[in-house]
Amino acid sequence: MSSQDIPEENLPAAQDHPHGSVSVADEETPFADPGMPPHEHRAQDIDERAAKRSERAVALLFTISMLATLGFIASYVTIPHDKSIFVFPIGHISALNFALGLTLGVALFCIGAGAVHWARTLMSDVEMVAERHPIAADPATRAQVFEDFHQGAAESGIGRRKLIRNTMFGALALVPLSGVMLLRDLGPLPHSSLRHTLWAKGKLLVNVNTNEPLRPEDVAVGSLTFAKPEGLEETDEDFQNEIAKAALMIVRLLPEDIKDKQELAWSHEGIVAFSKICTHVGCPISLYEQQTHHVLCPCHQSTFDLSDGARVIFGPAGHALPQLRIGVNDEGYLEALGDFAEPVGPAFWERG
Amino acid sequence: MKKLSARRRHPLAAVVVLLLALAATGGLYAAFAPAGKAQADETSQSLTIKEGQKLYEVGCASCHGTGGQGSSDGPSLVGVGAAAVDFQVGTGRMPASSSQMAQIPAKKPIYTQAQIDQLAAYVASLGAGPNVPTKEQYSKEGADIAKGGELFRTNCAQCHNFTGKGGALTKGKYAPSLEDVAPKHIYEAMQTGPQNMPSFPDTTMTEKNKKDIIAYLNAVNSSETENPGGLELGGLGPVSEGLFAWIFGLGALIAVAVWVAARTAKAKKS
Amino acid sequence: MSTEANEAPRSRGKAPAGERVADWADGRLGIYSLAKANMRKVFPDHWSFMLGEVCLYSFLIIILTGVYLTLFFHPSMNEVEYHGSYVPLQGQLMSEAFNSTLHISFDVRGGLLIRQIHHWAALIFLAGMFVHMMRVFFTGAFRKPREVNWLFGFLLFVLGMFTGFTGYSLPDDLLSGTGVRFTEGAILSMPIVGTYISFFLFGGQFPGHDFVARFYSIHILLLPGIMLGLVVAHLILVFYHKHTQFAGPGKKETNVVGMPLLPVYMAKAGGFFFLVFGVIAVIAAITQINPIWAMGPYRPDQVSTGAQPDWYMGFAEGLVRYMPGWEVNFWGHTLVLGVFIPLVLFGVVLMAIAVYPFIESWVTGDKREHHILDRPRNAPTRTAFGVAWVTVYMIGLVGGGNDLWATHFHLSINQVTWFVRIFFFAGPVIAFIATKRICLGLQRRDKEKVLHGRETGIIKRLPHGEFIEVHEPLSQEQLHTLTAHHQYEPAEIGPTVDENGVERKVKPTERLRVKLSNAYYGKDNQIPKPTVDEYKEITSGHGHH
Repeated sequence: MSSQDIPEENLPAAQDHPHGSVSVADEETPFADPGMPPHEHRAQDIDERAAKRSERAVALLFTISMLATLGFIASYVTIPHDKSIFVFPIGHISALNFALGLTLGVALFCIGAGAVHWARTLMSDVEMVAERHPIAADPATRAQVFEDFHQGAAESGIGRRKLIRNTMFGALALVPLSGVMLLRDLGPLPHSSLRHTLWAKGKLLVNVNTNEPLRPEDVAVGSLTFAKPEGLEETDEDFQNEIAKAALMIVRLLPEDIKDKQELAWSHEGIVAFSKICTHVGCPISLYEQQTHHVLCPCHQSTFDLSDGARVIFGPAGHALPQLRIGVNDEGYLEALGDFAEPVGPAFWERG
Repeated sequence: MKKLSARRRHPLAAVVVLLLALAATGGLYAAFAPAGKAQADETSQSLTIKEGQKLYEVGCASCHGTGGQGSSDGPSLVGVGAAAVDFQVGTGRMPASSSQMAQIPAKKPIYTQAQIDQLAAYVASLGAGPNVPTKEQYSKEGADIAKGGELFRTNCAQCHNFTGKGGALTKGKYAPSLEDVAPKHIYEAMQTGPQNMPSFPDTTMTEKNKKDIIAYLNAVNSSETENPGGLELGGLGPVSEGLFAWIFGLGALIAVAVWVAARTAKAKKS
Repeated sequence: MSTEANEAPRSRGKAPAGERVADWADGRLGIYSLAKANMRKVFPDHWSFMLGEVCLYSFLIIILTGVYLTLFFHPSMNEVEYHGSYVPLQGQLMSEAFNSTLHISFDVRGGLLIRQIHHWAALIFLAGMFVHMMRVFFTGAFRKPREVNWLFGFLLFVLGMFTGFTGYSLPDDLLSGTGVRFTEGAILSMPIVGTYISFFLFGGQFPGHDFVARFYSIHILLLPGIMLGLVVAHLILVFYHKHTQFAGPGKKETNVVGMPLLPVYMAKAGGFFFLVFGVIAVIAAITQINPIWAMGPYRPDQVSTGAQPDWYMGFAEGLVRYMPGWEVNFWGHTLVLGVFIPLVLFGVVLMAIAVYPFIESWVTGDKREHHILDRPRNAPTRTAFGVAWVTVYMIGLVGGGNDLWATHFHLSINQVTWFVRIFFFAGPVIAFIATKRICLGLQRRDKEKVLHGRETGIIKRLPHGEFIEVHEPLSQEQLHTLTAHHQYEPAEIGPTVDENGVERKVKPTERLRVKLSNAYYGKDNQIPKPTVDEYKEITSGHGHH
């Protein structure tokens, strides 16, 4: 492009003179507020045909909305609630949900679009200026308010009669305590309930998959099994509360792979049983990697080493997973040799 | 075309043609030969094992040892059973390009099913292990889908997500998505516990349990699965839902707001 | 056109019916003085001023759909066996809450749609509030006289988070139950009172039989009731203060320029409600949210990977995920810092943004009202603080999804966690420095533009052979807009010796204030805006470029 293409007035030397529609800064006060720019008309303001077009567009949008509502009612009546359709690229979806949602969405959207189009093209677009008034009251009002207040306070005598004032504050301060007291029966006191689980000496380890007690030979090296205490059934009233503490994770390691002495002592032929409840905030931890013997929590990624007393090797958990001491009874079934030695699940103030 | 005809009198043209012809012949041979061989091999079990051994020595022995006894590069295969071979080779995880990765990924299998059967027969001959399941074992006929769902949530969802979309494990390892994984391979994975996945042997998870789980997966994570609400957003839960709400939900609303607040076009001055 | 003809016969007889109804109401409610003040109230037009409307409307949509859902939902934890139409759960034991949510999703016609609208609107409500809050922050709209309304808005955001969380927990599905379990663990971590609060909240041991019913009354009554009150107060104050506006020709601190409530804003704002509702309805038609049937009923011994809360709690989730596992045992007690510190940090980070307006007004010592908005670049320190805060928040979100980052970008979850641990500290510092520099750069560019005009990109060769770029001078409108902002002088410590030669002690708070003031407005912390003299000097000389 050659310089000849540029209009002369855009060149620096030509720009000192006001020209055309460009409003040029005032010589003396170039940064001053020039005031509201003049209003410019829209096509609809000056051309009745354009205004008619806008009117028709708004009416069309409202009409589409009406049709969509009829479509909603028709869909509700005619489409069975369990009908599935394939919509590319969404997949197999509920026909009813799709139809109702789309018709409702269109019906609503078109009302909005019609109203906004109406406002934007046919209602006046002349900007208005409204003055603001300071929020704070003027000094006279302020003085009046304080005078009234002081007079009122003096008439009540609250400043003079200290006994009344103090006992009133006392009464008002105490009365909410009744409300606090009433909250007491929201729940029982913890006592030692967080320290005990259903596990006890002689309780069999029942496989949650089969609901059968486990034998040592069932548990292969590298396998993962979940157990619950004998006698706890899913239909029990307090099943959820009990399984929340008693859930057990059983793996079998080669005894020579177990690094922790107590873990080895509490195991049976390399079978170790750990609490399935994470010591961080109580998620059922069970992402067991059979080659590394690490177990990961899916909630906050605490990682425990099951070959080393389930100590924490990564993440936000503060202490190892509790181990359940197990053995074999006379009939050859795996049994607990007592409850967990420490509270399972998340730590708490009284845990110690 | 013009370029080609101009160069066909080039001194090296003959050499190029010869190389192309050789490559084509070799490719054709590779494509057809194994199939033909497999057909011929269906006759005898010992012959199958022998063929398997040949394949093993070429493709597997460098890591797993000549007798399947294992080495520093790969575990022993004695006693892993035919199911493990069928899973590992059938999902393309074996042969692996390196044993140094955090986890060996599934790929397109490089052996045909007939070759895999031969390999499996050979490895099974090294020591007893789980067999390849029969169709009846993993078909959804007679399965209890709801029970399968409960079993899946107890035993599998912690790693593979509630509908088998996969999830993260430690240090770059992961539980893969179970979408489009053949029912047979899922069955074998539960039986044998490939890589870091623990096994779920029949003694603790019965054949019926496995069948139920497979039927449940087929119901919730297959191409026929219905997502009544619409787009599944990866089935990953609140993270993808949150992203969607921000980008498409709030994004669309802001786009609408820009339209509502924008100045209407002014009439052009003439 | 035809209105005159219609009105003529009416004026002879009684007033039209509409007017008579209005008179009746005015005689009892005094609506005319209210209408006089507000009917033609002026609102400025800007898309970012409609973010608050997005929140208001999604809140209304949530209430409407929520009322519908209460007609079918049973807030009970009694165990029942499922016999509805979703096959993969038939025969399973579940709570009535879960069962009734399945019923809404599969057996009530349109129930799934309303559930999905309710949940999508909730996510958008929270996202809208976040963006609205950031708009107010970065434009300085929180300054006097709007500090109280800022706090109302902040409270709405926090209450919205907890209302959302309690609602998310109601269906008693495996995912939300895991979230409630986490809540229990977090409460247990509180020193001294944690165990008791947990037992009182859950009516005993976790999960107990009470929390769904209790969360239900919190979710549908207590929190939305407070929020509704706050929303009304928030809106009254918006009307009372009149809306802020950006600087521009004709716009002053003492006026407001825009369109009248009746008819333009009535149509635009009213229409926008339908637009928001329509968009969310379409999203709910085509996009599934919280498929509780796929997650299954809650059982404390089951879990799914990818266990995350809804996005607005993701920041808290992140804090918990990247915290190291600190636990202190002493005198038979356990201090669970690994959970308790994130819990405290969660509050501290939120409070940091809430109290910011008061800190800034203390530093500036400015007692005037502000109705003209700042461009973010013209308040570099505030903008940098805001971006640093958003960075902390976003890093929390990244940390909250660390497992999905790991699987979808083929990273190690441990590396992702370490990354967020480091960037929790480094991220805001980097963001602060970078933002401040960018703001100052933009201020310099504005100054250039004012003094030398807009670069047109047109190259001109002068007669003697030199090439120059043609600069187009700005119009007075543009000059005014770019120079309208107020620049503060950094504060100084006043004379330490009074006229009698007595030394006065300088309070540490005063020293701090002066230090902060210099960090805000001192040399190198803002670019002095061009003066009229500078402008005149440059524009009077010819041949500049």
